[in-house]
Amino acid sequence: MIPAAFDYELATSADHAVELLVEHGDDAKVLAGGHSLIPLMKYRLAAPAVVVDVGRLVDLSYVREDGEHLAIGALTRHRDVETHELVAANAGLLAEATRHVGDPQVRHRGTIGGALAHGDPASDIPAALLALRGTLVIQGPSGTREVDIDDFFTGFLETALGPDELLTEVRIPRVPNAAWSFQKFNRRAQDWAIVGAAVLVGDGSCGVGLVNMDSRPVRAGAVEAAVAAGSGAVDAAESAADGLEPPADLNASSEYRCHLARVLTRRGLEEAGC
Amino acid sequence: MQVSMTINGNPVSGDVEPRMLLVHFIRDRAGLTGTNIGCDSSSCGACTIHLDGEAVKSCTVLTVQADGCEITTIEGLADGDILHPMQQAFHECHALQCGYCTPGMVMAAVSLLDEVPNPSEEDVREGLEGNLCRCTGYHNIVRAVLQAAGNPS
Repeated sequence: MIPAAFDYELATSADHAVELLVEHGDDAKVLAGGHSLIPLMKYRLAAPAVVVDVGRLVDLSYVREDGEHLAIGALTRHRDVETHELVAANAGLLAEATRHVGDPQVRHRGTIGGALAHGDPASDIPAALLALRGTLVIQGPSGTREVDIDDFFTGFLETALGPDELLTEVRIPRVPNAAWSFQKFNRRAQDWAIVGAAVLVGDGSCGVGLVNMDSRPVRAGAVEAAVAAGSGAVDAAESAADGLEPPADLNASSEYRCHLARVLTRRGLEEAGC
Repeated sequence: MQVSMTINGNPVSGDVEPRMLLVHFIRDRAGLTGTNIGCDSSSCGACTIHLDGEAVKSCTVLTVQADGCEITTIEGLADGDILHPMQQAFHECHALQCGYCTPGMVMAAVSLLDEVPNPSEEDVREGLEGNLCRCTGYHNIVRAVLQAAGNPS
């Protein structure tokens, strides 16, 4: 399988990337590690006229502590997130979720920013960022803005990113003492999650992000509210699928996905000591 | 577009369409057909090569993304007639049946030992999850990787 023909632009800086995106608008797609975009292009599900390659912007690959936050450059590859000691110390849930992405070869190329900007409800990373209550730094022609993770995913493979904007940084409140669990249910190695649950438990509160339970990555708000009100894991997890209408496909019916969400959320809460 | 890279220590350059996949450049331009195309959808790992020292699936990398990079393919592992220790271990443990997955398996296994020099059996099985063997030869493949790590089970 070979992608449809496109024009290739190599960005030499974040500013240059934004200039190229302004110039080409909706005709352009951003290429980072390529492990979401290139398969789509090979299947001809995406056929951008212009590909803006940001993969050489090494100054967007970093992990550092920034006050109360952990700052991760959007071009940081999964393998680096997975193994970085600052991620392990401050956001262990993200390191664990990242270990579940694809396989080692995929993690050598794929980036945290690419996985988020792709906006795939079946991806592991968005659920972890929802549980961790991260924010995303976005650069556009008129400067940068910061978007809460809850406002970022707007639909199936759709995000708050404008066609002339570039995701540059992921910011996560540091939670060195929080307990966490990442539960992923699939049938074969390297498969996408049929359903997954990312759980973070702090002082009397929790964060729960769900994988593949809607057309976009979603927060299990009812579970979080129940835990905050004093419910234990078993009772709180009962509301994991409330208000959600997950997709049905060959792997699972919508009802089965709801069941999995409740079970995986309960296991996650229990593993995190809730 | 003009690209140049180093493949198995040799400079290789060419004029390519931006959409040309790296595995096609390696096979059709550099003439190194040891790297196989299996699923062509980044699942099976048959096309695994090393890009700047790390295992990647070359069916999911554009040639232009590898411009200026160091590539190692299965042909670049042996030292003349002396097999790489991983190749030798695959040979001794009979870690293949049809052999189609073998180049990618060996490249992934070498990368695994770079990152986890003293792996457990579980480390090996998880570390090779991006490579499929449809002859179900996994058992001997795992034995070979453990032997190459100096850690025979």
